[in-house]
Amino acid sequence: MKADPAGVLTGAHYLDGDFACGEGAMAAGCRFVGGYPITPSTEVVERISRRFPMIGGTFIQMEDELASMAAVVGASWTGTKALTVTSGPGFSLMMENIGLAAMMETPCVVVDVQRGGPSTGLPTMAGQADMMQARWGSHGDYESIALCPQSPQEAFDLMIDAFNLSELYRVPVMFMMDECVGHMTEKVVIPPAEEIEIVPRKLTSRSVGEYLPYYADRQSVPEFARAGDGYRFHTTGLTHDERGYPVMSAECQEKCVRRLVEKIRSNADAIVRFEEFGTEGAEVVLVAYGIAARVTQMGMEIARKRGLKVGMIRLIVAWPFPEKRIRELAGEIKAFVVPEINYGQMVLEVERCAAGKASTVLVPHGGGGVHDPETIAEEILRAAK
Amino acid sequence: MSDRAVQDEVSEAAEAKARGPSVATDEHPIAPYLRMDRIPHIWCPTCGIGTVVKCFATALEETGVNLDKTSIVSGIGCTGRVAGYMKLDAFHTTHGRAIPFATGLKLGRPELLVIVFSGDGDLSGIGGNHFIHAARRNMDLMVILVNNFIYGMTGGQNAPTTPLGARTSTMPYGNFERPFNLPHLAASCGATYVARWTCLHIRRLTKAFKEAIGRKGFRFIEVIAPCSTLYARLNKLGTGFNLMQFYHDNAEIRHGEDPRKVDIGFQEKIICGKFVDEERPTFLEMMDQHYEKTLGDKYVPMPPEGGMIHE
Repeated sequence: MKADPAGVLTGAHYLDGDFACGEGAMAAGCRFVGGYPITPSTEVVERISRRFPMIGGTFIQMEDELASMAAVVGASWTGTKALTVTSGPGFSLMMENIGLAAMMETPCVVVDVQRGGPSTGLPTMAGQADMMQARWGSHGDYESIALCPQSPQEAFDLMIDAFNLSELYRVPVMFMMDECVGHMTEKVVIPPAEEIEIVPRKLTSRSVGEYLPYYADRQSVPEFARAGDGYRFHTTGLTHDERGYPVMSAECQEKCVRRLVEKIRSNADAIVRFEEFGTEGAEVVLVAYGIAARVTQMGMEIARKRGLKVGMIRLIVAWPFPEKRIRELAGEIKAFVVPEINYGQMVLEVERCAAGKASTVLVPHGGGGVHDPETIAEEILRAAK
Repeated sequence: MSDRAVQDEVSEAAEAKARGPSVATDEHPIAPYLRMDRIPHIWCPTCGIGTVVKCFATALEETGVNLDKTSIVSGIGCTGRVAGYMKLDAFHTTHGRAIPFATGLKLGRPELLVIVFSGDGDLSGIGGNHFIHAARRNMDLMVILVNNFIYGMTGGQNAPTTPLGARTSTMPYGNFERPFNLPHLAASCGATYVARWTCLHIRRLTKAFKEAIGRKGFRFIEVIAPCSTLYARLNKLGTGFNLMQFYHDNAEIRHGEDPRKVDIGFQEKIICGKFVDEERPTFLEMMDQHYEKTLGDKYVPMPPEGGMIHE
């Protein structure tokens, strides 16, 4: 369906990434936000709390991030699209109920405007070191979807996709911004509502007596009933059967977890998104995302001027990871070079998929800034030798 | 009565005696409120939680609330299993997070009656921060806290409610930490309805539930309940029956008592009653009134049926 015009601030704006992210959420139909303030993400909820009373949305500042995430999961069970926004330390606290959202199959979006870590780290400066946490942060097995915008415009555009993916697969979607993208101000064009395609909450068509909250094929997504419509369903964070009743057995666990994993893995081709340029005939392929991708592109230009054949993959969706394409490229090139603002996270995926067919080089950065493009160019030169 | 009628009655009585005691085949009066396909429940014999559930279901029946619009949320623990047995929209959530989860439900669809039903460890230990803030906001939630003075599900560990001197599996020489006085905590944070009963007081407890269902805002009912498997055994207090007898002899009803004076000591008097019952605007009312005042016609409140965007 088309977006609800109430939430869409159509026009050309000059916005920072956090504001654009908030506008994206409202355009996507988000009408509940529970959050706890944390730098550098606060502008997202400041934007939303200013506009929400005029568009039928409710923002509540909860007492902590545990509560914020729990409230988001609760709100989503009413059919209201729900969001929370945080940064590293808060992201850690949210992991508990991100797991609950995964287990209960609750659509919602979690924004993490990454800063330097670990612990309190660098509250006002960039980092990209929560990428593995976005994938593995909550205990137990589940699959994650994570998006990583590189500009305010993309923070808006991808927010729509984040909500749509959360509805399609009934999962919490991680929206992995970074402090630079969050705080940089650029032109953001918000299209008219009728040009924005959104996935509404799809309610079950089954009658009350026939409805089973977790009935689904091996790889598919169960139908949703919301609280207050008379279904009187049961849902739990415990391992459960189709009725949503706890069953403590290895058989039920196998069935339950397998579907949580396979509903994403079997649809990975539809979810994976990346931008690819200059890879044809390339010797070296760069892999980067978020703010690091923009600096990496500068490094690529320098290396090209020095006569090297360099291409690039920019991750738009980080999880699921574009395994297929990286495997293909590994057979054709000499090396992957992966600049990221951490000490080696997505590079591990690149290395796994390269499977020894191409070498993999990490260009690390501890956080608090971005790479010098010159450093990246030098690494490209070294990798090409 | 004719001779014939007397004869029939005598022979019927003789037949009945020959058949032995009969088992009622009628449905239990609260069966429609339970997920009977999940019975038998997991609670131990002489546990008090079942009694509280019975009183709650009776209150639902007698108030005639719209069950389709009633949600129940539990955390983790013995009482955390209550949501799983109630035939309502039921959420068995994470440990300590029932109140914020319920807050999301209420704000996501304001027309719902949202009830939190959980234990003392869940709501006042790991969930203590959420408890005080929901009370502070006067969030529209009815919170039923079953207090058995111990972490039952995990094996009798010390709780924030364990009375001074009581033995638990992690305070084997007796508890030396001061426990919470929960009605005082709730009242001082802003709860608008605060009551305490034991699960011996089934009529009064049912009445409190009915009353609280009819109120708005943060309503808190503490129910003292026996844990015979752990609390009673570790403290050599006998069985659940002996604890019920203890409640009978030591519970004192003092309506309107100052909540500061209702601490529970080890095997000491349990002050019961309704301590707070006042009306104050709830979170949603405060929000609506404030936005109406400051934004006027520009304010678009979330519809009662929620913020879901329809085709």
